[in-house]
Amino acid sequence: MAEKRKKKMGIKQRYSMLTRGLGWDTTYQPMDKVFPYDNYEGIIIHDWEGWEDPFRLTMDAYWKFQSEKEKKLYAVIDSFAQNNGHLGITDARYVNAIKLFLTGVSPLEYQAARGFTHVGRQFRGVGPRVACQMQAIDELRHVQTQVHSMSHYNKYFDGLHSAPHMHDRVWYLSVPKSFFDDARTAGPFEFLTSISFAFEYVLTNLLFVPFMSGAAFNGDMATVTFGFSAQSDEARHMTLGLEVIKFMLEQDERNIPIVQRWMDKWFWRGTRMLTLVAMMMDYMLPKRVMSWREAWDIYFTEAGGALFADLARYGIKPPKYADIATKEAEHLSHQAWHIFYNYTHAAAFHTWVPEKEELDWLSEKYPDTFDKYYRPRLEYLDKEEKAGRRFYNDTLPMLCQVCQIPMGFTDMDDPKTISFEVSEYKDDKYHTCSLGCKDIFDYEPEKYVQAWLPVHQIYQGNCGGTEIEDVLKWYNFNMGADNMEYKGSPDQKLWDEWQAHRKKA
Amino acid sequence: MSRTVSITLQNNDDARPIIEAIKKDNPKATFNLYPAMVKIDCDGRLIVKQETVEELLGREWDVQELHLSIISIAGNVDEEDEYFELSWNI
Amino acid sequence: MSVTSIGKYEFEPLDKQENFHGNQLTYINWEQHLLFCAPVCLPLPPEMPFGAFVQEVLSGVYSKHPDFEKIDWDAAKWTLDGADFTPDLGKSLADNGLGHKSLIRFWTPGLKGIAGSHS
Repeated sequence: MAEKRKKKMGIKQRYSMLTRGLGWDTTYQPMDKVFPYDNYEGIIIHDWEGWEDPFRLTMDAYWKFQSEKEKKLYAVIDSFAQNNGHLGITDARYVNAIKLFLTGVSPLEYQAARGFTHVGRQFRGVGPRVACQMQAIDELRHVQTQVHSMSHYNKYFDGLHSAPHMHDRVWYLSVPKSFFDDARTAGPFEFLTSISFAFEYVLTNLLFVPFMSGAAFNGDMATVTFGFSAQSDEARHMTLGLEVIKFMLEQDERNIPIVQRWMDKWFWRGTRMLTLVAMMMDYMLPKRVMSWREAWDIYFTEAGGALFADLARYGIKPPKYADIATKEAEHLSHQAWHIFYNYTHAAAFHTWVPEKEELDWLSEKYPDTFDKYYRPRLEYLDKEEKAGRRFYNDTLPMLCQVCQIPMGFTDMDDPKTISFEVSEYKDDKYHTCSLGCKDIFDYEPEKYVQAWLPVHQIYQGNCGGTEIEDVLKWYNFNMGADNMEYKGSPDQKLWDEWQAHRKKA
Repeated sequence: MSRTVSITLQNNDDARPIIEAIKKDNPKATFNLYPAMVKIDCDGRLIVKQETVEELLGREWDVQELHLSIISIAGNVDEEDEYFELSWNI
Repeated sequence: MSVTSIGKYEFEPLDKQENFHGNQLTYINWEQHLLFCAPVCLPLPPEMPFGAFVQEVLSGVYSKHPDFEKIDWDAAKWTLDGADFTPDLGKSLADNGLGHKSLIRFWTPGLKGIAGSHS
């Protein structure tokens, strides 16, 4: 291909024409007044031109590639709907993972769109501004494509009808919601550290990669396609995350301790939020690709190990409590599933005790812990359910003031005992589930004393009434359909009918 | 200490020549197959060369077409007209 | 430390005691009985006698567990907000030292949960 047509400008030149030429120093108003938010966090920037964009995607190329991705995705979504793709999934239990995704994760894409739109206005440097604005558009695309893909399931299955309403109200959805609220109410550099670096770079692989591969394995072509389509943008977002870190660290050494603290905080908050994904992988995929433990080893221990070794040259250390998070990988999914099993009567998806072969798989994947701590409990719950006494916990749980998850996590060196931490602030006690969450509280107590903890809000009378039924109505639940045990649910009934028809045919 | 850089691609027709090209240009790379995707790991450095993909594909190929198939990466990115490279500085 | 902010940053805590209609929040955990996935939270009147707390509240929360009826309450060990504690059953929660958002943990020696798994 020697005669190949050469473009007039190289990729770097084209990109610099797009971005750098768009910025100017204001003269009618001082720059500090035009960009009032990009220095109050204490991050010192000497030269905004030091910002490097690893992916040099110009606007024309961006539209071209994004539209190709959309065409492919919507072809799959259409074909999934036209061919009754929901009949091809492995088992209706799988759809419960989709319910959790639509109510817990997709609204975060929208929050991300809002967050990046905001910070995309606030940086005086044009490089980060352009990157953030592109990402804002990507995030909006993600929430739209996710709603479109999953809407097919809403025609047949319960619990998918009110995602945005539920996201703002339901107790367990306050976990992801508060995560993003925390990030969006921080300054622009902390926002990028939290979302672009800690979440996108360090942790989203755990959400999108093995879980989406699992969706493919379970016959859900709609989800895997939106997942990978979103993830193709994610690769760009990840480089933004790494770039913002390197940019801050290279600009001034006084930035290092600030960045380190943000990394510590957001790594911990992120791992807490991913608890939901841990149980999706170990419990909610009827056919499993890899265990949470294995995913953690690949995507955090190995990939994160190389990343933090790379950042060591700036004086950055791996996130505080990464060792505890790694120990938690043995326990997290089991403890989280148990929380939801306890409170499924107040959740918009079903839970169940895994089948025997599934328990065997868990025993094999967690040889040191599952048989000792978790299997006897699950077998007991199964027995109780079969005897007509399906166990539910009738009392509302104590929540962590920071991550807002019920305090169901144990001390990782003593999995028999719940881990408790407490702080005093202005004559009140604030309880947290871990040293990670306690550190976050203690650093900014004024922020977390405002936490809207669902259990406390219910007791204050702010959630529709005093009876649990009133609260569930306020959540917009269809009682007896959206919530409760999977066995005997309308979802299961419908699925069994479809299977019977298929056998007859 | 791990120095692994990594690229994960969809396992589909668009990505196949890219995967092949990576195989050719990165003899040390390892390929992990999962449902619908392939995760390619390599010690320290991994390169996707435009020239190799074009040879395999039999047409011009813009390095940025990678965006259509990519699922995830680990490593510092260097993107040019002729190549896409991942590396760690350790 | 305090919040780095663009202006004055002071807000009312959302969970002050006066927001709970005369009750105080009490957190309760039956140790090593993780069938109940997490400690529970209840709004209780500070004047409630501790005896009623054990008889009515704890039994309402935990009696589904097969170990519950086997509990020897005289042997139970308690902590209140992290310190060892011997409750006086005749006195109120407040007079026993429970405040808003106090944490009560109790251990029941000899009872090891479902199949000895501490559940």
